[in-house]
Amino acid sequence: MTRFITSSFSHLILLIGILIMVVPVWMIFASSTHTSSMINMNGLQMFLGDSFYENYLRVLLYQGGFFKEITAFKMFFNSFIMATGVAILSVVTSLMAAYALVYYRIKYATLLFWIIFITILVPLELRIFPTYSVMAELNLVNSYFGLIVPISASAIATLFFRQFYKTVPDELLESAKLDGANTWRFFVDFLIPLSKTMIVAMLIFMFVFGYNQYLWPLLVTTSEQYWTVVMGLKMMSGSIVHRFAFVMMSMVPPILIIIVLQKYFIKGVFQDK
Amino acid sequence: MSFLDLKNVTKIYPNGTKAVHETSLSVDEGEFMVFVGPSGCGKSTLLRMVAGLEDITEGDINLDGKLINEVDPSERDVAMVFQNYALYPHMNVYNNLAYGLKNRGIDKETIEQKVNDAAKLLQISDYLQRKPSMLSGGQRQRVAMGRAIVRNPKIFLFDEPLSNLDAKLRIQMRLEIKKLQQKVGVTSIFVTHDQVEAMTLADRLAVINNGIIEQLGTPIEIYDNPKSLFVAGFIGSPQMNFLDGNIKNKTLSAEGFEIKDIDSDFEGEVKLGIRPEHLSQSENSLINLKVDLVEQLGSDNLVYGQLKDKKDFCYRCPGNLTIEKGADLSLNIENNKYYIFDKSTGKRVN
Ligand SMILES: Nc1ncnc2c1ncn2[C@@H]1O[C@H](COP(=O)(O)OP(=O)(O)OP(=O)(O)O)[C@@H](O)[C@H]1O
Ligand SMILES: [Mg+2]
Repeated sequence: MTRFITSSFSHLILLIGILIMVVPVWMIFASSTHTSSMINMNGLQMFLGDSFYENYLRVLLYQGGFFKEITAFKMFFNSFIMATGVAILSVVTSLMAAYALVYYRIKYATLLFWIIFITILVPLELRIFPTYSVMAELNLVNSYFGLIVPISASAIATLFFRQFYKTVPDELLESAKLDGANTWRFFVDFLIPLSKTMIVAMLIFMFVFGYNQYLWPLLVTTSEQYWTVVMGLKMMSGSIVHRFAFVMMSMVPPILIIIVLQKYFIKGVFQDK
Repeated sequence: MSFLDLKNVTKIYPNGTKAVHETSLSVDEGEFMVFVGPSGCGKSTLLRMVAGLEDITEGDINLDGKLINEVDPSERDVAMVFQNYALYPHMNVYNNLAYGLKNRGIDKETIEQKVNDAAKLLQISDYLQRKPSMLSGGQRQRVAMGRAIVRNPKIFLFDEPLSNLDAKLRIQMRLEIKKLQQKVGVTSIFVTHDQVEAMTLADRLAVINNGIIEQLGTPIEIYDNPKSLFVAGFIGSPQMNFLDGNIKNKTLSAEGFEIKDIDSDFEGEVKLGIRPEHLSQSENSLINLKVDLVEQLGSDNLVYGQLKDKKDFCYRCPGNLTIEKGADLSLNIENNKYYIFDKSTGKRVN
């Protein structure tokens, strides 16, 4: 009986925690399905209204921004390009960097690795002006390339892949060599398949990272054509229900990716191989 | 020049360890050569230099008439079976076998045929679709062998491939490896620290100690005629008995007995070596053994005991003799089968 009480008690605490997290999101969602005059008069709503289609469709296709040049749909498109670009580019570069660091006879490879690693301590915000001037020099302001490349070198992903490669037994490389595999084939036929789950995990991680960027896209784009979703959250004009609808929609891509790939994500981060 | 030729090969690791000293060795085509020696003596290093997995510090290695010092391992056309098998964990058995062939640009049908033939030979046809993690130790061992065989390489290299198996399986696989090698006829080098494995597998045997080949020969030559104290002690099970002695005027005197008219001009401190199986009980005895322990193996009995000077000694007698613990035995050396070694250099002197 006491066990029942204590376990119900801890369940109760968990339930309260969940409610604290879920209720605000629900309220925004519920409110976003009402008309704006309804919200303006009666405040946030707990129950669904009947303007769902109307509001969401309008947000997707509405020409927003200061100059009314961009729709939410285009913002989603931009964010998708940026997040995918960051994910793929950073995973590819860190896979290759880790490969070189672990398998090539590079002098001071460990030192080099730690130099790469301490860049974690130098976030984009710290180096944002030099980075911007480089992009400006290269004429890459207002381009997808400029949005993606400067944030695509990931020390964390390099760390993960390096640690994983170090656990791969040497005999595997030796055996592959005797089987006629060259450096490139060993990378493609062995390391990539062996680190498959970790690659997926890193892709998700970097996708969300790219999707959530705010300051950098803000700085490197002057044309509304390149606005991303996260920028749009701040910059978009429009009535309150439309903003709510936009907030709801902005959460969909990261959540979707995590739900679909969470199996790999958990495997990749918490147990290598 | 023979098929595989090592000339004054030396290996010094970057940290200064000298693992192999000026070793020369020839292996004939189709021969089964075994490297045997204690742990850390440089067997693996020597083998890995042949494979191309370690750089050669000095000396030359020729394979099939070609200097291969600088040839990349992928181009040497050698196959190696590792102690832990090093199977490709993400590929099924079929692909494990096929991978080396694919890299050689062989067409699909030929690959399929070769893999199937090798699988049949090794009785792994039923597991071709399985991943290595779903196989038993013995099956993995076979797959590793299959991966070597399927490529039909110039030479097979084995680095203690049986040491991860249990005793019974080890004996079975030992036999199969020997049969397989005879059937396929590929030149092979097999590294082991187990002298029974070495004796049973080898056409010729290289006993290695401290990076030097101490003796090279057929197993019987080495067993019958060990050239040094180390080889005598290493080959043979149970180990040869060693007694301290002294030679003067062709007479060897050891603790408690003398041997006259020995076949050596050496004078001074020596070690006398006697194999447990070269003893028999007799009246006019040389050696008196007080029995501590008898191990009955069925066919043989191993009798352990002590001599007068408390030295441990072993005697191997036919299994039908019953010997009690505590008994006193008088033993004689059969047919003058004893070995005398210079105590300071370890060299054989008779
Ligand atoms: N990579 C290396 N760097 C430095 N020294 C090494 C290296 N590999 C081996 N050695 C040393 O070289 C010597 C010979 O090693 P090797 O691996 O050839 O021995 P082994 O005869 O195969 O022994 P085992 O039966 O234990 O496998 C040893 O003293 C070992 O410590
Ligand atoms: Mg070894």
